[in-house]
Amino acid sequence: MRPLTPRRIAGICVALGGALFVVVVFSLQVGAYPIGVRDVVMTLVRGAIGHWNNVPPSDRLVVFGLRLPRIALGILVGAALSVSGASFQALLRNPLADPYVLGVSSGAALGAILALAWFPHAEWTMQAMAFLGALITIAAVYFLGRRGGQIDSTTLLLAGIITASFLSAIIMFLMTTLSGRDLRGMAFWLMGDLTTPPAISLGFLFVILLIAIGAIYTTSSDLNLILTGEQEAHHLGVNVPRVKLVVYVGASLLTGLAVSVSGAIGYVGLLIPHVMRMLFGSDYRVLIPASAIGGAIAVVLADTLARTIVAPTELPVGAMTAAIGAPVFIYLLRRRLA
Amino acid sequence: MPAPNASPDTAAGWMQNPVRLLVEQASYAYSVSDREAPDFTLGPVTFSARQREIVGILGANASGKSTLLRLLSGEFKALSGRIELDGTPPGQLPLRERAQRIALVHQESTLLFPLRVWEYVLQGRYPYGQRLRFENEADCLLAGNALEQVGAKALLDRRMSQLSGGERQRVILARALAQQPRLLLLDEPTRSLDIGGKVELMRRLRRLAEENRYTAVVVTHELNLAAEFFDSIVLLQRGKCLASGKPADVYRRELLEQAFETTLDVETNASGRPRVILRGDADMDALEANPDAAKESPSL
Repeated sequence: MRPLTPRRIAGICVALGGALFVVVVFSLQVGAYPIGVRDVVMTLVRGAIGHWNNVPPSDRLVVFGLRLPRIALGILVGAALSVSGASFQALLRNPLADPYVLGVSSGAALGAILALAWFPHAEWTMQAMAFLGALITIAAVYFLGRRGGQIDSTTLLLAGIITASFLSAIIMFLMTTLSGRDLRGMAFWLMGDLTTPPAISLGFLFVILLIAIGAIYTTSSDLNLILTGEQEAHHLGVNVPRVKLVVYVGASLLTGLAVSVSGAIGYVGLLIPHVMRMLFGSDYRVLIPASAIGGAIAVVLADTLARTIVAPTELPVGAMTAAIGAPVFIYLLRRRLA
Repeated sequence: MPAPNASPDTAAGWMQNPVRLLVEQASYAYSVSDREAPDFTLGPVTFSARQREIVGILGANASGKSTLLRLLSGEFKALSGRIELDGTPPGQLPLRERAQRIALVHQESTLLFPLRVWEYVLQGRYPYGQRLRFENEADCLLAGNALEQVGAKALLDRRMSQLSGGERQRVILARALAQQPRLLLLDEPTRSLDIGGKVELMRRLRRLAEENRYTAVVVTHELNLAAEFFDSIVLLQRGKCLASGKPADVYRRELLEQAFETTLDVETNASGRPRVILRGDADMDALEANPDAAKESPSL
């Protein structure tokens, strides 16, 4: 018997954090303007303590001006999607659930496409409308998915799938009205893309995501029990309706924010929680932080590949995650069946 | 109403072992919508039990056995009458406090992700602590003891999905024991066990009730095992309580035939406990030819 301790969770987080750091340094190095590992680390250290002398201005611009903001966005989006996926898998008691299963991304996409049609010249409106679309979808699916005054997992899942499919129909209809340039932008957005800087500051995004992840984390003991059965959890003292509400709102917000700033990056939220389960076990007290860091690693790595693999052309990061994610998913599925 | 069975049948014993679970004229109604007449009504049911006693709830399918169990667990609120555990209605306790006193063992549900036996049993310690909690050494000790009590210590590191039906049943029971309940509720614990496993489980329940001093209420279809191992029986039929009391008082041919809507016969075994025998058509013909045989009801 080796019960989970905060110490072990901290150890796992430090190890994953180290891996994330390595990936970040690698991502800072590669690109059209390659920088050596030593120079990247020196630039980071000097930048952190504010000693800019001895740092070439071009290094400073590439590292702090271009690559680091994009990497930071990738970290935030990856963490949000992965925690959201892990949460929905528990909430819906379904290992195939991902952050988009309840239609949040479709709502966001509809918002984005409406912004393109109505305010074609203001870039920030696309993200704002996307987030608004996500919020409306979250509320609509919640009210459709209730039974007897509380969230019923099966009803919620069906409500989400139907909502997503209905919204997709509207999106397809509206896409036919877009001009060629807008259509390409929209296609990138639908695939998931980190090239557009977020309309809100990264710091603000970080704080909101941290609050949502923290709220979900407070229910992680409860989620462990809910995964063995809702009735059992109730009889062990879990306030099941409360937990479901917190997790639904938290996970939906994470997805809504992530999708608003980067589009619907696929497979991260589905796969990373499963990979983390294989590595560290199914306990949500470790799974949530591990998924957050794991998701960050995955998105940063995928985005680095997406912008270098066919340079100077950049692929949308979603194309990369799908290309890697689908085979990994098949492998996991076969392993599970074996 | 027949008097509840007390294990120490002396006045002093009764004083030391007061009634732990009291169910008095409890009833419940279930309806899909508030405007329509209830789809199912249960009760009124009356029985009581002391420490170390095991009560069996018997009845045909859809007779309200599981509903009664959920009433006792505090999950459902009684429409009328009263249910008290050591003087407090379970429904009025906060969830966690309730889970420290009452453990309910369900018909098994499927696990989504791999889980080790010790992780599962440690979940029984959840009611004792903060919402986000980490298990300490005392929790591990209690979980280990619980596994030992059900004879499953060796399964500690196995995965739940690798267990056989009988092993799984024992581990699920161990999680309930780790809750250290005063009242243990079991919903068809013998389901999916072979006859040997059933007898073993009943013996274990009996021994655990002695060791841990809890009161147990068991929903079961095993008429003969219930008569053999339980102190009292509640017999339900379509939500009505047909009888409650000692097995010998409840196991009457006409009552059981009414409850299960089939022909059967009751005899008394060597230890004075009733035993139910199924009658085939040929047996019934013989009985009709010789009606005196049928009148022999257990005399206890």
